[in-house]
Amino acid sequence: MIRLTAIKRVFKMGDQDVFALNGVDLSINSGEYVSIMGPSGSGKTTLLNVLGLLDRPDSGRYELDGSDVTDLSETEQARVRRDKIGFVFQSFHLVPRLTAEENIGLPLILSGVPHSERQSRVNEALRGFDLVDRAQHRPAELSGGQRQRVAIARATILRPTALLADEPTGNLDHKIGAEVMNLLESLHHAGTTLILVTHDRELGARAHRHIAMRDGEIVADEK
Amino acid sequence: MNLRDTLEISLKTVVSYRTRSILIVLAMALGVAAVVVLTALGDGARGYVVGKFSSIGTNLIIVLPGRAETAGGFPGALLAQTPRDLTLEDAHFLGQLPQVKRYAPLNVGVIELAAAGRLREVTVLGSTADLLPVRHMKLGQGSFLAHGSEYSAQIVLGSKIAQEFFPQGNVIGQRVRLGDRRFLVSGILAVQGESMGFNSDELVIIPIGHAQSLFNTSSLFRILIEARSRSDIVSAKESILDLMKRRHDGEEDVTVITQDAVLATFDRILRALTLGVAGIAAISLAVAGILVMNVMLVAVSQRTSEIGLLKAIGAPSSDVRRLFFAESLWLSLAGAVLGFVLGQFGSLMIRLVYPQLPAWPPVWASIAGVTIAILTGILASLLPASRAAKMNPVKALAGR
Repeated sequence: MIRLTAIKRVFKMGDQDVFALNGVDLSINSGEYVSIMGPSGSGKTTLLNVLGLLDRPDSGRYELDGSDVTDLSETEQARVRRDKIGFVFQSFHLVPRLTAEENIGLPLILSGVPHSERQSRVNEALRGFDLVDRAQHRPAELSGGQRQRVAIARATILRPTALLADEPTGNLDHKIGAEVMNLLESLHHAGTTLILVTHDRELGARAHRHIAMRDGEIVADEK
Repeated sequence: MNLRDTLEISLKTVVSYRTRSILIVLAMALGVAAVVVLTALGDGARGYVVGKFSSIGTNLIIVLPGRAETAGGFPGALLAQTPRDLTLEDAHFLGQLPQVKRYAPLNVGVIELAAAGRLREVTVLGSTADLLPVRHMKLGQGSFLAHGSEYSAQIVLGSKIAQEFFPQGNVIGQRVRLGDRRFLVSGILAVQGESMGFNSDELVIIPIGHAQSLFNTSSLFRILIEARSRSDIVSAKESILDLMKRRHDGEEDVTVITQDAVLATFDRILRALTLGVAGIAAISLAVAGILVMNVMLVAVSQRTSEIGLLKAIGAPSSDVRRLFFAESLWLSLAGAVLGFVLGQFGSLMIRLVYPQLPAWPPVWASIAGVTIAILTGILASLLPASRAAKMNPVKALAGR
């Protein structure tokens, strides 16, 4: 379902070209659980951004669910992001003014789900992520684990085909981090493709497929 | 994102940044209120002057002897040659014109008034019964000059004169002496104060025939004419000039002033003044607009990572643009409404404190103030909103 062919992404640092991605070829099937590891600056986050259509490669081809999404317009890419991809970030990225349930419901608003249907879907998500009694709290009133649960609920409320997680436990202590990982893995078990970027070896080892990157290239890809 | 959600979310944002929003709304509101109040003042001043002019008579035409050769100045006072006099006969003929509703010939002089052992100089107006309605005078007691009684020995006293000579009251029917003639007091004018150079409280009015013989003249100071309607004024003026020319051997030697012309000039000047102050007030709205832009730009940079998040979860640039746009729309709308209310309240206060000043804000000014506020808000949001929309999501998420 995901196929990258000869993807290159170049950043200019002063007068030098730095290849964040230097000819990456990668296929990920539907329902896989993949970890992408590597030292800082190896290009793993850039790869995740390209996979999530947040960043455009300078060359190469990206096929998602059988269609070429490389050259889609910005608006079309936004729609693909909305419908097929869920992001989970290290720093949660919740809107501070909105309550937990409003944060979770944001994608529903963006995709034009009618008012009447929204609340029931948000309620379902609140139950599913054990946030019912936190529904009316703002992010500042939530613990780190709760915030990440809100973020995951938001990322999955439109049932994306792929969940892209960038260091999802980076800001959490070990115990809470493990809980969040269990939660993500349960989503994977339910059929979602899970792509995890981390430099935590232990965390990375939990995935079923391990991709290692260095200097913008994939140096290992093991199952 | 549909319109309703856009408005709802942006309103929520506006409300949640309370201090910031209140300050912007206040700045906008003060601008709008300034426009409303200042134009109310300007228009009030205009209404006040126009009202003053109407109080000396409506559809008033004044005929005076002599031709005003130069523009400006007071006609009649600047004449090089002696003009032909206006006479009572001229006045009677003018009174026959179809556009003329009524007329009052007028003579003015100063003479000694003696009564009840007191003596003082007074200004005497000689006229007829129609002076009262033509000149919009009001009678306090008794009756005015009787119709067709040009030589009856009646006198009407100004209220202050009556008070001075007969402080104990009971004035009607008293005898007074003007020069060497005796008059019977028939009425007292109501207190009116000064208007257009005459203090009617310190006048006495006698029939025109007596006045002419007292001052030993057969000419008139001027003739006051009331046209039948406002639309008759122009043709009345022409007919008067025409008639006087025929009566004066083809020479155009009278000046006709219409109150309309004077009024129109004042009206124009004060209208321009109102527009001027409205313009100055509108500048404060522009300043408020720049404030809105400033605050929105800061908001965009403060909310960079939030913009990145919106894009990451699938908001197209147009949604982001509309959100910021709607935010400043709310702010300027609130400012406009509050400003309108403040302006109306301010004008009300002015009217309460200065009841003689009809400080009603003109409708155009209220509409213009509110519209400019909203337009300014919209304009001020264009740059920040497009900056937000153009953000690169990867950089924005990183807060850069």
